Amino acid sequence: MKANSPVERLYNGIYKENPTFVLMLGMCPTLAVTTSAVNGLGMGLTTAAILAMSNMIIALLRKVIPDKVRVPAYIVIIASFVTIVQFLLEGFIPSLYDSLGLYIPLIVVNCIILGRAEAYANKNTVVASLFDGIGMGLGFTVGLTCIGIIRELLGAGQIFGFQVMPAAYEPITIFVLAPGAFFVLAFLVALMNKFQIGAARRGTDKEKVGGCSKDGCANCTNHTCGGKIFDITE
Amino acid sequence: MSEMLHVSSSPHIRSKVTTQSLMFMVVIALLPASCFGIYNFGLHALLIIAVTIASCLVTEFVYEYFMHKTITISDGSAVVTGLLLALNMPPSIPWWIPVLGGVFAILIVKQLFGGIGQNIMNPALAGRCFLLISFTGHMTNFAVPAGAFGHVVDTVSGATPLAAVKAGEAVNLTSMFFGNTAGTIGETSVVAILAGAILLVGFEVIDLRVPLTYIGSFAILVVIYGLAVGKGFDMNFLAAQLCGGGLMLGAFFMATDYVTTPITKTGQLAYGVILGLLTWLFRMFGNSAEGVSYAIIFSNLLVPLIERVMRPVAFGKGGKKA
Repeated sequence: MKANSPVERLYNGIYKENPTFVLMLGMCPTLAVTTSAVNGLGMGLTTAAILAMSNMIIALLRKVIPDKVRVPAYIVIIASFVTIVQFLLEGFIPSLYDSLGLYIPLIVVNCIILGRAEAYANKNTVVASLFDGIGMGLGFTVGLTCIGIIRELLGAGQIFGFQVMPAAYEPITIFVLAPGAFFVLAFLVALMNKFQIGAARRGTDKEKVGGCSKDGCANCTNHTCGGKIFDITE
Repeated sequence: MSEMLHVSSSPHIRSKVTTQSLMFMVVIALLPASCFGIYNFGLHALLIIAVTIASCLVTEFVYEYFMHKTITISDGSAVVTGLLLALNMPPSIPWWIPVLGGVFAILIVKQLFGGIGQNIMNPALAGRCFLLISFTGHMTNFAVPAGAFGHVVDTVSGATPLAAVKAGEAVNLTSMFFGNTAGTIGETSVVAILAGAILLVGFEVIDLRVPLTYIGSFAILVVIYGLAVGKGFDMNFLAAQLCGGGLMLGAFFMATDYVTTPITKTGQLAYGVILGLLTWLFRMFGNSAEGVSYAIIFSNLLVPLIERVMRPVAFGKGGKKA
């Protein structure tokens, strides 16, 4: 995949650098609102919409915003979108607005949004930044929805409000309380590491960094990689 | 000749104490309390003890087998965890709840943190608190199951003596001391627990520093509290607080767990006082009548901090600089 192409950005956001399971960003809403799958999905999509738009605007303005005041400028842009989305939610999906409550205005200081603005949108093109925002937002949505589904299933016997467990199932209440959020997050991160580290060990996900020569490691003077980066089978 | 030339590096004198022998001692010391629980609450209590231990052993085996780790079920630590967890269960609990608690205690609290010696809090108590939060109704239902041998005095209300004390009712101190009261399987009989504790101290498995500072600081705080709120010195209240609930079982068998207790002597004293203070806070000011479990796992989490503050100074390194 070509770097910074839309597809690569989506793959990067959803799987490779998933904000919830790999970057570990935005933990506050991740742990707090995922008591049910609907809340997780709602929070994820809300954040995704704001992230995509703020990334796009910040990339558009990246040459205009002076470097010294860039963070306040980003905050103003993000806060505007959060306000718009908050009013839209209040007007059209009041049930979600009520259950997310305080966490909607807190999206302003969500570290994924600020992080992507700072790390990506202020040095890349508008299209790439837009897709970076969509990818990261969808990754966040997937993460939150997964956590929400597991917590709702174990803690209430339901998924998206539908009873899936037999009536005899007694909900393990701790999973809809705060400790359950940590348990589920930890298990999902462990699972993600299992896949990603496994892939890295097998060599399917290796990326050669600059400086790897065709001769392999024999004549290479860069020893920081410890011989792990050059794939001898190629 | 070959025996004379046997050369080995130090240490040459080794202690015969092993994890296995220590855990065996603890199990022996818990037998009086377990037997009394079965006598008091009937065969359902025996079933609970059996399934909880089995659940812990199976969880440990399955995890270690699939993670390609050394199988440590024979060292007995899982048996002790299971037994302690079972003794913390109300007598009429459905059998699957302690099974789930055993899985949680071994898998999440013990194995995921690195197995024996690495757990950050007492696995049995963490398992109990997990169940207490998840299945509050079952875990606080102290009704005595049918088929009990009929020795429990207060079978009508099903309230534990500690809850009765909290509600301001009179309790029978003699039955609290001998254990004919409602409560969890292993906590009711102070006599049986003390018998086990004497065994543990006699075999030098535990020393009395933590239990005594724990119980002592708790007792002093209860007396001060009584004086401060104007009730005066109430011997019955103090005795009921000491004999009731999980204080004795917790102080002798769970607060003394090697892994989650400070190493230094001053650290152990501080740990005991913190335990007493927290138990007192939870019991006097909390919603629930009982607070020993939460006090112990909370103090377990403070242990690294205590160790850090109470670290002894090496000879020649301390004192004022000239």
